[in-house]
Amino acid sequence: MNEATVLDVKAGTGAAAQKRTGSRLPKWLYGWLLPLLLLTIWEIAARLNLVSETMLPAPSLIAAAFGRLAASGELAEHLRSSFIRAGGGFLLGGTIGLLLGVFTGLGKWAERTLDPSLQMLRTVPLLAVIPLFILWFGVGELSKWLLISIGAFFPLYFHTFLGVRSIDFKLYEVSKVLEYSKLQLMTQVILPAALPNILLGLRLSVGTSWLLLAVAEMMGASSGVGYMIQDARVYMQTDIVFVGIILFALVGKLTDSAVWILERRWLHWQNTYKG
Amino acid sequence: MLEIEGLNKTFASPSGDVVALHQIRLQVEKGQFVTFIGPSGCGKSTLLKIVAGLDTAYQGSVKLNGKAIAGPGVEKGFIFQEPRLFPWLNVERNIAANRSLRDKEVCKQVDELIELVRLKGFEKAYPRELSGGMAQRVAIARALLRRPEVLLLDEPFGALDAFTRTHMQEVLLDIWENNKTTMLFVTHDLDEAVFLGQRVVIMNPRPGHIRNVIGIDLPYPRKRSGSSFQELRSRVLSEFEKVETPAIEIGAGI
Repeated sequence: MNEATVLDVKAGTGAAAQKRTGSRLPKWLYGWLLPLLLLTIWEIAARLNLVSETMLPAPSLIAAAFGRLAASGELAEHLRSSFIRAGGGFLLGGTIGLLLGVFTGLGKWAERTLDPSLQMLRTVPLLAVIPLFILWFGVGELSKWLLISIGAFFPLYFHTFLGVRSIDFKLYEVSKVLEYSKLQLMTQVILPAALPNILLGLRLSVGTSWLLLAVAEMMGASSGVGYMIQDARVYMQTDIVFVGIILFALVGKLTDSAVWILERRWLHWQNTYKG
Repeated sequence: MLEIEGLNKTFASPSGDVVALHQIRLQVEKGQFVTFIGPSGCGKSTLLKIVAGLDTAYQGSVKLNGKAIAGPGVEKGFIFQEPRLFPWLNVERNIAANRSLRDKEVCKQVDELIELVRLKGFEKAYPRELSGGMAQRVAIARALLRRPEVLLLDEPFGALDAFTRTHMQEVLLDIWENNKTTMLFVTHDLDEAVFLGQRVVIMNPRPGHIRNVIGIDLPYPRKRSGSSFQELRSRVLSEFEKVETPAIEIGAGI
């Protein structure tokens, strides 16, 4: 080993040692630092009566309301109906979006006939069609499912289409030389190549589903987390409003993480910059 | 046996039709190693794509074992300039591709090929983890698994450094001696053409046609430093220089 490499190695270990002393906290804790700090300030401000309880109840009060609702089973009940709505709408719209995206992605003809109309509809703000939905389908479950499914449809449709179209022609040529069947081309070339885009679409679809679930439940329902929030607002139970918001945040984060886990498992082959 | 007879190919371009190949005539015996060399634009890659069946818009006849080539297929293995591996499959799955590794016979052959292209220990590696030379060897193994009648190689080692390239040439000759696959190898490297081929086809541009075919009657393994190698190399080189002359004359006329 010559002198230069010895120096290099020393410099390397030096930098590593410095890095170690610089990060005494476990990695996962970093994301929690800011929320914890804010919560502490909030709690102190509430205890000192700097903010009104009906506007901003102390975190401890919200936690107590959370515990109370969880214990009575009310929370589970609301969550269950929300899950069924969001999940049902998402599955309906997402599946159609995925299939149509593959369909228009594969065929020039399908793209020419379908895509322009869909692209136009995509730009209509969904919230603007809610009155129409209520008019047509009432305020019952059907209009909620449909609203959520339309919201879930577009991101998956759009990104699946993009994914199918982003396939490298060079790999297509390879599949020709290797005599892939039509089905093999679909499942072994087009699908894996489009998967990064499809998963991105999935993630956005899941997000939109939750957003529209909240809207749908607030426009009139007798159960669900959105209903719980709306109901609590009427009775000035701000702590319960917060419980609802926290629930949405938690479930949203959980479903997002689920998609992230899928990405890690299915897209580990990608050679991308990881920070 | 591969027979090419009266092959013409024109590309439509905005400024009119461009003749890419003009009256190509060539016969390649089964098991022969033929290299193609010529400046860019001489149509050597186009010729290879036509033989592969990837390009079917041409006039003339191209026959493999007496049958006209109708489209791409595994009997005409193709090695592109880039490895073109499926990034989501590891090495052994890339070699198997649309054949199932659960099939015992496929699995055994994949193992043998990994041995042949000297990739033992990298079976589970993904393309992003491979060097250019390794990836190209995977591509070669992938083509060989299908037991091609003829292997078409389009400047396969062009992107590799000199050391890797020499090594890859030896690997390829190994494979050729083992399998006796017919090889059509396109290159722009004179040494490579003379080192590998039993015949060197020299091509001319504008319009692309075959200028000369030189037989390289040297036993394998060849020594680049040998005097007979150097002699043949300079023969090919002088032919090659004749190819370049018209262009220079035109330039001199201005």
